[in-house]
Amino acid sequence: MKIREILLEPIFSKNPIALQVLGICSALAVTTSLETSIVMSIALTMVTAFSSMLISTIRNFLPSSIRIIVQMTVIASLVIVVDQILQAYLFDISKKLSVFVGLIITNCIVMGRAEAFAMKNPPIPSFLDGIGNGLGYSLVLLTVGSIRELFGAGRLLGYEIIPLIENGGWYQANGLLLLPPSAFFLIGLFIWVLRSVKKEQVEAPEYRLAPHVSAKEAV
Amino acid sequence: MSHKETVSRTLLVAFLVCIVCSVLVASAVVLLKDDQLKNKQLDRQRNILAAAGLYDGTQSNQEVGELFNRFELVLVDMETGLVATDDVLAAAGVDISKYDQRKAAKDPSLSIKLDSAEDIASIKRQARFSQVYLLRDDGQLESVVLPVHGYGLWSTLYGYLAMEGDGSTVKGLGFYEHAETPGLGGEVDNPKWKALWPGKLAYNDAGEPALHVIKGKVDPASADAVHAIDGLSGATLTSNGVSNLIRFWTGERGYQTFLQRVREGAI
Repeated sequence: MKIREILLEPIFSKNPIALQVLGICSALAVTTSLETSIVMSIALTMVTAFSSMLISTIRNFLPSSIRIIVQMTVIASLVIVVDQILQAYLFDISKKLSVFVGLIITNCIVMGRAEAFAMKNPPIPSFLDGIGNGLGYSLVLLTVGSIRELFGAGRLLGYEIIPLIENGGWYQANGLLLLPPSAFFLIGLFIWVLRSVKKEQVEAPEYRLAPHVSAKEAV
Repeated sequence: MSHKETVSRTLLVAFLVCIVCSVLVASAVVLLKDDQLKNKQLDRQRNILAAAGLYDGTQSNQEVGELFNRFELVLVDMETGLVATDDVLAAAGVDISKYDQRKAAKDPSLSIKLDSAEDIASIKRQARFSQVYLLRDDGQLESVVLPVHGYGLWSTLYGYLAMEGDGSTVKGLGFYEHAETPGLGGEVDNPKWKALWPGKLAYNDAGEPALHVIKGKVDPASADAVHAIDGLSGATLTSNGVSNLIRFWTGERGYQTFLQRVREGAI
């Protein structure tokens, strides 16, 4: 039961992007096509899972004065390894992802999970928590990536789904969807839908307008 | 202060973490280096073949290698515009098989500084030697693939311009690296736009560079039509960048002298 909770909660109930609004930068940058979104999701899930596990393994020896820099070192090393593997085996995709694989180092989700979960829990649950949060991130990335590629270029994974006017079809591609701002709109819509279904995620308003004061009371 | 917070303990943990992480990173880099180099090489070969119209995206890696082996690599000395002889290369300390043009463009001893009047492609320095690929069929020069680059709107565009063996007719143009706006300037990668290039003439009757990108559509009836390419709509600055870099590389500081030799049949 506990394992299920750790693994599945971050997907809908505590989604790192939708609820905590972390890791937005890469979600805007790499979601122009589904293929890059998939590879980025796998890369981030792997890094989050293994960094959480490693940090959790050494958590009892870790002096708190240097814990952040040690977390960064572990995360950065794993990211470099992932980047090197992509360059060796998935060269075309690594070219498209360019700096964004490297920027996983600064992705708040990875460090957030290390600090919030891995420092307090044993390695196996930390590993699963990393996988779970990676899946939560992947869900948003894949949704946004599919919509952007489908309506921005009429394709999915490079295969034509909607025939474009340029190629003799009927669909005029929406260029806005290929630009980063469209991901903001889509993530916003995603959060809206999620919070309409799961009302407990709606944040309490920061302030409330006081009711109108009648003239008599004000005097 | 608890036991694990002492200074010596902190230093020890920091030291061990550094050692483990550096071993991890170093071994990943060393173990994967061969595959990465192979990928980079293959990518470059594919781009060269694509510019020459020989790659359609379906060939296997091995077929790409075989096709590419038909090309002959020469280094063109940009100071004289001629193919660099072994003596010139030896004097400059350049090994043709290891030469990296993009690295050389940043090395003051292997590059030429361009003054602002000449530098229409906004590249500041150009490598002294350019890696040009020649394809011969039965001794007859079939295509010449020239590396070109220049500034667009956001980024430097790197690509290859392929010419027919006559040294004047364009065979193809392709960019393998740029960061122009997707959907607008990024349309330089659109196969439909690239298909406009083959058959155009790079030089006019007087032998001057004439190939350029115009704004809007080319009128097929105009006398200029054989030298002009349709501009990309919504991407004036990228189109200008492409036009400038083509003008630069077909011009005096580029391959004009070399291509003239090709036209004379001397290559």
